[in-house]
Amino acid sequence: MSRVVRIHTSSGTTGIPTVIHHTQADLDAWTDLVARSITATGAGKPDIFQNMMTYGMFTGGLGLHYGAERVGMTVIPMGGGNTRRQIQIMKDFGTTVLHITPSYMLHLHAMLAECGVALKDLRLSKAYLGAEPYSEDTRRKIEKLWKIDVYNSYGLSEMNGPGVAFECVHKNGMHVWEDVYGVEVVDPLTGQALEDGRQGEVVFTNLLREATPLLRYRTRDIAAILKGSCPCGRTHRRISRIAGRTDDMLIINGVNVYPSQIESVIMKIPEVGNNYQIFLEKNGALDSLTVKVEISSGMFKGDLAQIDRLKERIRESLRASIIISPRVELHEPGSLPVFEGKAKRVVDERVKI
Amino acid sequence: MAKQLNIFVDNKPGRLSAVTETLATNGINIFIFTIQDRGDFGLIKLIVDKPEEAGKVLVGKGYAAALKDVVLVSVKDQPGNLHRLATVLQEKKINLSDARGTVLSPSNVGLCCLEVDDIRSAEKVLKKAGFDLLDVKSIYKL
Repeated sequence: MSRVVRIHTSSGTTGIPTVIHHTQADLDAWTDLVARSITATGAGKPDIFQNMMTYGMFTGGLGLHYGAERVGMTVIPMGGGNTRRQIQIMKDFGTTVLHITPSYMLHLHAMLAECGVALKDLRLSKAYLGAEPYSEDTRRKIEKLWKIDVYNSYGLSEMNGPGVAFECVHKNGMHVWEDVYGVEVVDPLTGQALEDGRQGEVVFTNLLREATPLLRYRTRDIAAILKGSCPCGRTHRRISRIAGRTDDMLIINGVNVYPSQIESVIMKIPEVGNNYQIFLEKNGALDSLTVKVEISSGMFKGDLAQIDRLKERIRESLRASIIISPRVELHEPGSLPVFEGKAKRVVDERVKI
Repeated sequence: MAKQLNIFVDNKPGRLSAVTETLATNGINIFIFTIQDRGDFGLIKLIVDKPEEAGKVLVGKGYAAALKDVVLVSVKDQPGNLHRLATVLQEKKINLSDARGTVLSPSNVGLCCLEVDDIRSAEKVLKKAGFDLLDVKSIYKL
């Protein structure tokens, strides 16, 4: 433990996060790979890099931060949220490269006019999009709206974070840095390796890491290794976009949330009855999470103040566990549909971007 | 002092009728009712002839229902009486969280149901000011 210099976590299905330890050598190797990813997109020293990913235990923020510094870019460590300020900073510092989620990139564009900023006031040329699934159509839409190049970024905390696979200037799949990450695609049911071109569960082995070695780690992400070579000349094989998950993990504004995390929080609250529902929808470009909870018949004291406090307590407990602050709706006993199993309690009405 | 029955229901059509059906089939008579809208949900508030029994019946059916103490007062219907009531409460800094009132026209009596934090002091000052304090049974006599 004395050689561990940093700890990151990823969301665990039980609400207990998975801890990843890093030695200085681990961090250096990670930073090198992020720097390599950035270089593959054609960015470098002259660029002004505004990092809109959340800093902290989440690896998206710090991972790109150090990689961008290593490349020699000027780094603006904004973190997530505070849209007006983000736009103002983009304008004032002449930001050329963003690191951001696709939904926030769309939201940011919708807010430009409101902030009185036009595209010609900005110097943006590239954006690195990650942490959320999105389609090729959405990439083109974002590129057209912003008149920039958009590059796909892939990573997971268990494999350091961002910089596991990244698109090069040709934007035709993400090169997996195979000198460090052994990559396989397997049939999620049998575990048998699949040939290149076939879609399955992506499995990684980190060949360098000292503090938390992981061999053949099953990501639960569904993708394919792309056949053929890339015009850029790199021999690192490429993976497709992530097509989905083998489990019930939800990605809400870039944050990974398991329905069981929500369940374990609300079922600890005595005033909550037996049933709940997780409801996801789009509010503009952003995701909005509503947790609908039945109150317990016996715990109701007839007081509105009690109800208001309960609502706030559920919201706060959820925020502490899943980072996202949900809207909480209370419902009378027996009013929500009854389902077996946690996955069916999720109603996802988000339009895929 | 009177018992008010508060029932937590979803804010959607049919919830009041579900409650009233249960009460009607159990022979419960409703004197006063109001509904407080809170967005996703609402509170149905009832003054009924047999509050304990009504509460048991509803909870037995799975409703989130609870009894709450309220102040029930009556006074002759004439100009200025509500102002008098409000003034008395204000002097003692008693805050109303909810209230409803009406006039029963043949007997010319104003009837008022008040939700306050401190029931005892509210009753004390109102009685002193000449308001009649009621319980559920005395509503029949108005």
